Amino acid sequence: MSKRVMLIEDEPNIIEAISFILSREGLAVETHSDGTTANEKLRACRPDLLILDVMLPGKSGYDILRELREDTATAELPVLMLTARGQSRDREMAERAGVSAFMTKPFSNAEMLETVRALVAGGA
Amino acid sequence: MARDTLTGSRIRERRVILGMKQAELARRADISASYLNLIEHNRRRIGGKLLLDIAEILGVEPSVLTEGAEAALIATLREAALRTQASGAELDRLDEFAGRFPGWARLLADNRARIDTLERSVEALTDRLAHDPHLADALHEMLTMVTAIRSTASILAEPGDLDPDWQRRFHRNIYEDSARLAESSRSLVSYLEAEGKAAAESGTPQEEVEALFEAADYHIALLDAGAAPERAVQEMGGALSSTARALLHRAFSRYAADAAAMPLAQVLEAVVGTGTDPLALARRFGTDPARAMRRLASLPADAPCGAVGLAICDASGVFTFRKPLPDFPIPRFGADCPLWPLFPALSRPMSVLSRVLHAAGRQSGAVTAIAFAQPAGPPELNREPVFEAHMMIAPATRRSTDEAEEVGITCRICPRIACRARREPSLLGDPAQQGF
Repeated sequence: MSKRVMLIEDEPNIIEAISFILSREGLAVETHSDGTTANEKLRACRPDLLILDVMLPGKSGYDILRELREDTATAELPVLMLTARGQSRDREMAERAGVSAFMTKPFSNAEMLETVRALVAGGA
Repeated sequence: MARDTLTGSRIRERRVILGMKQAELARRADISASYLNLIEHNRRRIGGKLLLDIAEILGVEPSVLTEGAEAALIATLREAALRTQASGAELDRLDEFAGRFPGWARLLADNRARIDTLERSVEALTDRLAHDPHLADALHEMLTMVTAIRSTASILAEPGDLDPDWQRRFHRNIYEDSARLAESSRSLVSYLEAEGKAAAESGTPQEEVEALFEAADYHIALLDAGAAPERAVQEMGGALSSTARALLHRAFSRYAADAAAMPLAQVLEAVVGTGTDPLALARRFGTDPARAMRRLASLPADAPCGAVGLAICDASGVFTFRKPLPDFPIPRFGADCPLWPLFPALSRPMSVLSRVLHAAGRQSGAVTAIAFAQPAGPPELNREPVFEAHMMIAPATRRSTDEAEEVGITCRICPRIACRARREPSLLGDPAQQGF
């Protein structure tokens, strides 16, 4: 059975490109674009990996991550965070919130695939 | 060496410039050459008729010999030298330099001021880059577009066949994203050009407004003549940035309300009797001392009460208005002295505090500072008032000058080494001796 990846991102063409390359890799990709309902969607989907954008409508990626770390069902879920801000304080903020890996936009597809493979295999 | 003790040096310099022998000047002034020599080396004080005679022979006003170069110029040069300590500038010969080479001295002082303005512009631009929400949004939008284009283009560039439907979709996506990227880039460039130009030329919006008031000598005749604030902003603030115009509108609205409550003609008549006493003036017009201070500071330069300076700060201590006096500068960038009564007034609202102050390290006169804090707006139910403090400054009388309390202008160049209010080491002393 293929691994499930959930992508929470609000930019349609990024969703399309990432979904394409991950699906081609044999992963089942589920997408969502709204911050406020992200955690409900996660509980229903129960993915093996979450790819999470920081700036989302309704709720930030940091808040979503904090909430899912407090829930025992999702506390250990690998999370790859995507952000357009690559400053050290943004990285620190993501680490404090419990991120597994952090990627700054614009990233390459190869970099994305390598990180996703490592995370679904159980290491970042 | 004090400025008034350098009269002899100035006589010597003037005589040398004229190519006159010491013996000749002594003969024409009817004194011995040895006595003139003592005077020229500042070992004998000179005044009265002899000073008038020598000034006449040398073809200068007596004040040029006794006062030397302009006090503000000397102060600026002193600050310039202290801020570049490694320069090795001879501070003890500052008067001599400014007196002998006033043109060069003015050039140096102007360049120092220009450096200050440029440094402030750099700070403003850096601050804008780091914290401007519009800029952050624009950059985020651009990076998002670039990410989408890069990711999609990488898929299209891969070797091997791609399903024609996917190929069409990705081509369309790249086309859409590149159009959005072009639009975002244009919008960002326009924004940076407009805002960056304003910041580079004038610093912060607050500084733009201050520059306008300074250029008008703090007296806005248009508003005193009854013009609406909007009209005055339109006529005088056309070159300002949009934020500065908003600040100017607020300042002009307050000015207009003050002018309506205390009409110019009546104030000019009243100050003949009250002088610069804001309490007496406030009583005369049935208003609050803060408004009286603002009116005093907005009078024309030839008002009978003389020059009045003013500093206004909000409850956080940030200046919202500043009108310095030559004898009492108010720093431009908020590094002022906590010993000024302006700040204690914030913790003692509705009390009028009066102090005679002397700016430490300056050969200038004392000033009387009167400070007063009051709520910035009308009372509101169950809400704490927000206070605003005013400090008016005016040249002190000769009698009160003897009691002057020494305060600083900014910590960095303040000679009060062991000051209890010190927040950073002074360039004038060893940091260890200053509690750092």
